[in-house]
Amino acid sequence: MQPPSEHVHWAFATGFLVLGLCLLAEAIVGTEVWRRRRWRAYLWPGFAFGMGVLMWPVMVFFTNSTIHMLAHGSWAQALMLAGAAELGLVSGKLTSRWWYLCSAVGLAVAGIAFLIHEQNPWLFQRSSFLHHALGLTALVVAIFPLGKAFRPRALGWNAGFALGFVVIAVFLYSDRDLAPIFGHLSPLAGTPHR
Amino acid sequence: MNTQLATRLHARTHASARTWAVTLLGPLTTVGGLVWAFFQPWRLTLLHPHGQGFWWLAIEPPLLVMLVGLGFALLVAPGLIDDLQDEEDDAATL
Repeated sequence: MQPPSEHVHWAFATGFLVLGLCLLAEAIVGTEVWRRRRWRAYLWPGFAFGMGVLMWPVMVFFTNSTIHMLAHGSWAQALMLAGAAELGLVSGKLTSRWWYLCSAVGLAVAGIAFLIHEQNPWLFQRSSFLHHALGLTALVVAIFPLGKAFRPRALGWNAGFALGFVVIAVFLYSDRDLAPIFGHLSPLAGTPHR
Repeated sequence: MNTQLATRLHARTHASARTWAVTLLGPLTTVGGLVWAFFQPWRLTLLHPHGQGFWWLAIEPPLLVMLVGLGFALLVAPGLIDDLQDEEDDAATL
């Protein structure tokens, strides 16, 4: 009954798409309007935290090497840290804008984990390409919450942060267990089963 | 009729660009999923369900994108648009 790992990637892609849409809407309307209803204020930070919690079983059941396990563990911690910091800011228990740096640190750690744990070159197979692309994307997207810590209401930082999650969702939706990338598939990768 | 109470007349003639942007977020996402399903129909196992396992039927990416768009359009956007228009009305009366 355990899902294939590509389905887990697609499920998380859906979570990132939800995050992206909520963040984009918040960037468009402004934080004050977005937080006028309490449930809405907690929606995306709670979602991010929940995705972090769900990443732990992924780490336990879907990793087959130490470095793979450590990467998933770091993503779980990064998501939970970013979600928890935003939940604290929304609830008023945290007030300093420097807590936005948790999202930047989380994305940077996640990006580095992607790049370090992928042992194969870009065109080895599709998931190798996507791991490299996701790592670099996460590192670039980390700039936006960094900018948000200095200018929390700037549309550019907020919109960039949101669109970064949409891009991450697209990459995760593209992931397959074993598939070619731009016509390349290393014979060492195996044979696509589907 | 109580003439001592003044109520605000909502005479909104056009939606702002922000309102349009929020209104379109959900439908555009749904259309994105629909276009994806059109170009890669093999990723929609509901179209050929025979012999598919549970997870292949439960998690179908184009369908999930459409559901996210619909969910946002039906559950989040209406209240957000109301709040945005209230805020714009408040700003206009100041």
